[in-house]
Amino acid sequence: MTLTQQIVTVAIIALGTMLTRFLPFLLFPANKQTPRPIQYLGRVLPAAVFGLLVIYCLKNVSLLGGSHGLPELIAIAAVVSLHLWKRQMLLSVAGGTVLYMVLVQLIF
Amino acid sequence: MTQNKTIAALKAAFPKTVPILAGFLFLGMTYGIYARVSGLSPWFPIAMSVLVFAGSMEFVAVELLLGAFHPLLALGMTLMINARHLFYGLSMLDKYRGTGWRKLYLIFGMCDESFSVNCSAVIPEGIDRHHFMFFVTLLNQCYWITGATLGALLGSLVTFSTEGIDFVMTAMFAVIFLEGWLKESSHTSSLLGLGVTLLCRVLFGVDAFLLVAMPVILILLLLRGYRDNWQGGEAV
Repeated sequence: MTLTQQIVTVAIIALGTMLTRFLPFLLFPANKQTPRPIQYLGRVLPAAVFGLLVIYCLKNVSLLGGSHGLPELIAIAAVVSLHLWKRQMLLSVAGGTVLYMVLVQLIF
Repeated sequence: MTQNKTIAALKAAFPKTVPILAGFLFLGMTYGIYARVSGLSPWFPIAMSVLVFAGSMEFVAVELLLGAFHPLLALGMTLMINARHLFYGLSMLDKYRGTGWRKLYLIFGMCDESFSVNCSAVIPEGIDRHHFMFFVTLLNQCYWITGATLGALLGSLVTFSTEGIDFVMTAMFAVIFLEGWLKESSHTSSLLGLGVTLLCRVLFGVDAFLLVAMPVILILLLLRGYRDNWQGGEAV
């Protein structure tokens, strides 16, 4: 990507984000009832999106070559265990990341 | 508006944002370092913390900026990841009404954390509500910009090996996903998001899978909603 293309990408991301924030205020200026399919998506979409993002983060993992996804598997298991144990987001994220860095730098 | 009233609102808003201060400094710094060690100029994380101010999307943006130029993918990812803001906006239509010139900034800066404080905080008697919400939003963005800027500037000074630091994004989304999982009454949407995306990754390869997965997830959710007469999906 050239610098111009990177700037265009940042602009698209900024404008897209603003669209999601401003749209309700533009569409529903009065006390209009929100369409039920929209309300429904509001309840169910976030869960699916974060599922999509987890897979997105792991998109370059190869089960057949390299370390076979083992460091990722171990570190995610650690993140989940830490989180179920303490329920502290920062602890779970930091702990899992440090473990992953140790795994890929020293072991795999 | 008198100066005293403004300061009183700031004093009332600050304690509500202290937990976010810690989180945003840590995640913001990690984000800045991650962007730097990935090879981006420090201006990108700094500019995005000011202009975008949506943490998840900013992490994903680093990935997007390092790949091939693909405006449609960038727009699609932004709309999917940030679609939840639509629903924050719907909940805040009334609360942000009549806030005058502050309204533009209140909407611009409506990240997850600012929304949840402004939506749920019990504002003390005698405090100007509009000023209070404005300062919550402003303080939160200041924390995020500070964290991202520190990370972006210190990122080049890091002397230990940062290999694997990109896992911070995976860990963050895994925790958010798990939090949702623990709270939801049905796991259908969570499993759909994981399953469809994984299947698309296997079938369509690393460059195309998101562009297929995003519309497929939307269509399947809408079909399920239609079948259930738009019931369900409430948190426990």
